Amino acid sequence: MKKTAITKMIIALICGTLFGFGLSMSQMINPDKVQGFLDIFGDWDPTLAWVMGGALLVSVPGFSLLLTKEERAQIKQGDIDTKLITGSALFGIGWGLSGYCPGPAISVSPLIITELMWFLVPLVIGMIVARLMVGKN
Amino acid sequence: MIGVSSIVFFISMRKIAGISGMVKRLITSSKSSIGDWWPLLFLIGLMLGTLIYSAFYNVEPALRQGYPKELLVASGLLVGIGTYIGNGCTSGHGVCGIGRLSKRSIVATIIFMATAVITVAIMGGVS
Repeated sequence: MKKTAITKMIIALICGTLFGFGLSMSQMINPDKVQGFLDIFGDWDPTLAWVMGGALLVSVPGFSLLLTKEERAQIKQGDIDTKLITGSALFGIGWGLSGYCPGPAISVSPLIITELMWFLVPLVIGMIVARLMVGKN
Repeated sequence: MIGVSSIVFFISMRKIAGISGMVKRLITSSKSSIGDWWPLLFLIGLMLGTLIYSAFYNVEPALRQGYPKELLVASGLLVGIGTYIGNGCTSGHGVCGIGRLSKRSIVATIIFMATAVITVAIMGGVS
């Protein structure tokens, strides 16, 4: 059991590193760029669409090969409820306000920690508040 | 690279590489064995990946500083509350969820993209 725990940690570290490298390479760590991507009614910069598109180009066929029947059935069962909708709506507003979502903000934090603390500490507080409001989910 | 990472992660862990989910796990779930700390390792990896990248390439232009603090705080709170209630962010719903062709994630992604676009439009674009 001990061995699997350590393997798990190593895999997580390697995948995280790959992910972070990808976020940097693709400019996702640049909040101005992200806001430019979201600014479709203004001075729209569509280049980040390639990042999401590229990731999906890998993840859609990848997952379709990997998922078992049971997992597929489970995914289909998921309900679209008010929690999903309100949560996602709030997240989008937050994302637009700063141009940061959790992944890029964490990955870039060692480089500009004083700036990012103003985002990451409230993020953690937000999660704790949400937990108090809606309970564990 | 992000897609590959999320697939490799799923193959080896049978888990979804959703960042907000990992933060949530770290904050809320009990960590009885050392193996429960894997989300922390992924997050450390995220930082490592960017640090390695920045050793080879100039990331200076990507590092915005001096953004209004009230906007950062409001954004952080909303992202924290929203991803907790909605169970995911760009990586979990956007990359992995849509990758799994989950209806929930497709709906979630459309909604957060829409509210993000509206928010930026109301703010008057990138100033």
